[in-house]
Amino acid sequence: MNSQTPHIRSKWRYLFLFIGLVFLYAPIIILIVYSFNSSKLVTVWKSFSFEWYSALFHDDEFLHAIYLTLTIGFCAATMSVIIGTLAAFVLARFGRFRGQGIFSFSITAPMVMPEVITGLSLLLMFIATANGSHALAGWISEHFEITEGSFLYPVLRQMDGFPDRGVFTIWIAMVTFTSAYVTVIVRARLKETDLSIEEAALDLGATPFKVFVFITLPSLTPAIISGWLLAFTLTLDDIVISQFVAGPKSTTLPMLVFSSVRRGVNPKINALATIIVAIVSICVTLTWYFMRRREKRIMREMAQIKSK
Amino acid sequence: MAIANNRSAKLKGIFKSRISKVKFKGSSLVLAIPYLWMILFFIIPFLIIFKISFSEMVDGQMPPYSPIANYEDGKLDIKLNFNNYKFVLSGDDLGLDEFETESEAENGNEGKKEESGWFTKIMRELDNNLYLLGYWQSLKVAFISTLCCLIIGYPLAWSIVHATPTMRSILLMLVILPSWTSFLIRVYAWMGLLSDTGFINQVLLFFHIIDEPITMLHTQFAVYVGIVYAYLPFMIMPLYNAISRVDYSYIEASMDLGARPMTTFFKVLLPLTKNGVIAGSMLVFIPAIGEFVIPELLGGPDAVLIGQLLWQDFFNNRDWPLASTIAVIMLGLVIAPIMWFFKVQRANEVKA
Repeated sequence: MNSQTPHIRSKWRYLFLFIGLVFLYAPIIILIVYSFNSSKLVTVWKSFSFEWYSALFHDDEFLHAIYLTLTIGFCAATMSVIIGTLAAFVLARFGRFRGQGIFSFSITAPMVMPEVITGLSLLLMFIATANGSHALAGWISEHFEITEGSFLYPVLRQMDGFPDRGVFTIWIAMVTFTSAYVTVIVRARLKETDLSIEEAALDLGATPFKVFVFITLPSLTPAIISGWLLAFTLTLDDIVISQFVAGPKSTTLPMLVFSSVRRGVNPKINALATIIVAIVSICVTLTWYFMRRREKRIMREMAQIKSK
Repeated sequence: MAIANNRSAKLKGIFKSRISKVKFKGSSLVLAIPYLWMILFFIIPFLIIFKISFSEMVDGQMPPYSPIANYEDGKLDIKLNFNNYKFVLSGDDLGLDEFETESEAENGNEGKKEESGWFTKIMRELDNNLYLLGYWQSLKVAFISTLCCLIIGYPLAWSIVHATPTMRSILLMLVILPSWTSFLIRVYAWMGLLSDTGFINQVLLFFHIIDEPITMLHTQFAVYVGIVYAYLPFMIMPLYNAISRVDYSYIEASMDLGARPMTTFFKVLLPLTKNGVIAGSMLVFIPAIGEFVIPELLGGPDAVLIGQLLWQDFFNNRDWPLASTIAVIMLGLVIAPIMWFFKVQRANEVKA
């Protein structure tokens, strides 16, 4: 941040801000207003009601999809933080190494790659793997004469046609897709951290692992938390990639919403949207508030140190 | 002074060289986990679609495509089939012969074929080929949407940078907040706004600005609105970073020397924020090329984008090799912009 950037009072500036924010928020606000409409026609106002909210909470299909999506989101975000943080660490702290170009490309590219390409290519790979494992399982059972009675039979059954399309494949796809975002966030933070503290610890004989766990990781915590949250919301939101790699029994919430929205506007979706917007706004505002307070506290402490 | 500077630079160099080359037991493991993951789930899948794009569709078998390599009697036989590429690029066997004869008949009436320029020729060729038309439409939509995002996003980012520090962080949060809510729901919001009985038409009718509703949903216009709306935050963030890094004394110098605001903008501010503009544009342009959800929900049947064609060929026609071919060609289109984005990202990091 450039501290010299002046605060400009110009009517143009206020106009730009006004137009921009109206454009960003008007559609969402109108969507929320109509979720309290009792008419089945979303766009014709009749009277105020919570009808669609109760309809939503009595729809088992929706509830199951919500549960499934949250589970996948939680697991994918966690794995994605691990992969993303390691990748960021490698990119920021390891010097040059063989294959660095491919590495940094494949860690950045999923961010911008059109989703249809990522989805299609992952699905075709999963199917190729499933065919391979099917053939391998067949070969093993023939070669080693494993029949139904053998204790290895269940293992072989599991292996046959692995991976099954469903929650597991969505998880893999989401980790691949979201770890790029985590890497960008964590790497930016790694560049800002003070290297001299790590240096000191290394000089005093701490092992690199210890330095990472006790010094680097704590200073990365805010970045890791925001990376986790971003990966989580991206997973909750994804439709194209999930649709490609999902199996018949794993319909996530966005897939369900998409198939119902395709048939036209539906007041139940308005109610769902309102709930999502409410939850996200509360979470983001709280995170923002606490981060800002922390920032202010650090600034104050720094000022105190300087004045001494 | 110079010596001191030199010394600190040297010290910095030592620190950098020591820290930036951490080598310890298990350091290869730290590298291996993300590396293997990305090779396994990002690089190899591309090789697989590349391979499948050369095979032929075989109906009624799983997977529904022919193998390209055959191993028989100790002989490896590789057969590359370019039919999918020919099909996509030339549009043969598309059942569009009628259209072609029609347009030729029109030509006959006009008499001279040579008179029509290369541009109209290309456009006619595009009209006859569903896939080329899809690529062309996607590029056009992505380009215009990116431009719109830039025109809306730049003043907005500039306005945020020049707010008071407290307002700055509130405004920044307000701009990012919509992108944390569901993408699908933001697109859905426009369905309710743009439809014939939707909010915009109702307001316009109420104030008697129009007499009958304007058809906006399921048109090209709605697709532009949807893409600009959904991707605007991705444009604003890099622009905000770039503008806030600009040393304001350059702007002051330019104004003091008598340059008009417009001149200052084009000659000073824009060049200084070039990397932000490129990064933001690529973040909008590249994903917009393959966009599927927005044209599917907001777009009409008249302009089908390439992402939708890929989806249809894969899910409805179950023609996996053709879908792979479409993806490979799309990848060819986006690889240059991706590399550009990649380069700019790196340059930004070096600066920061």
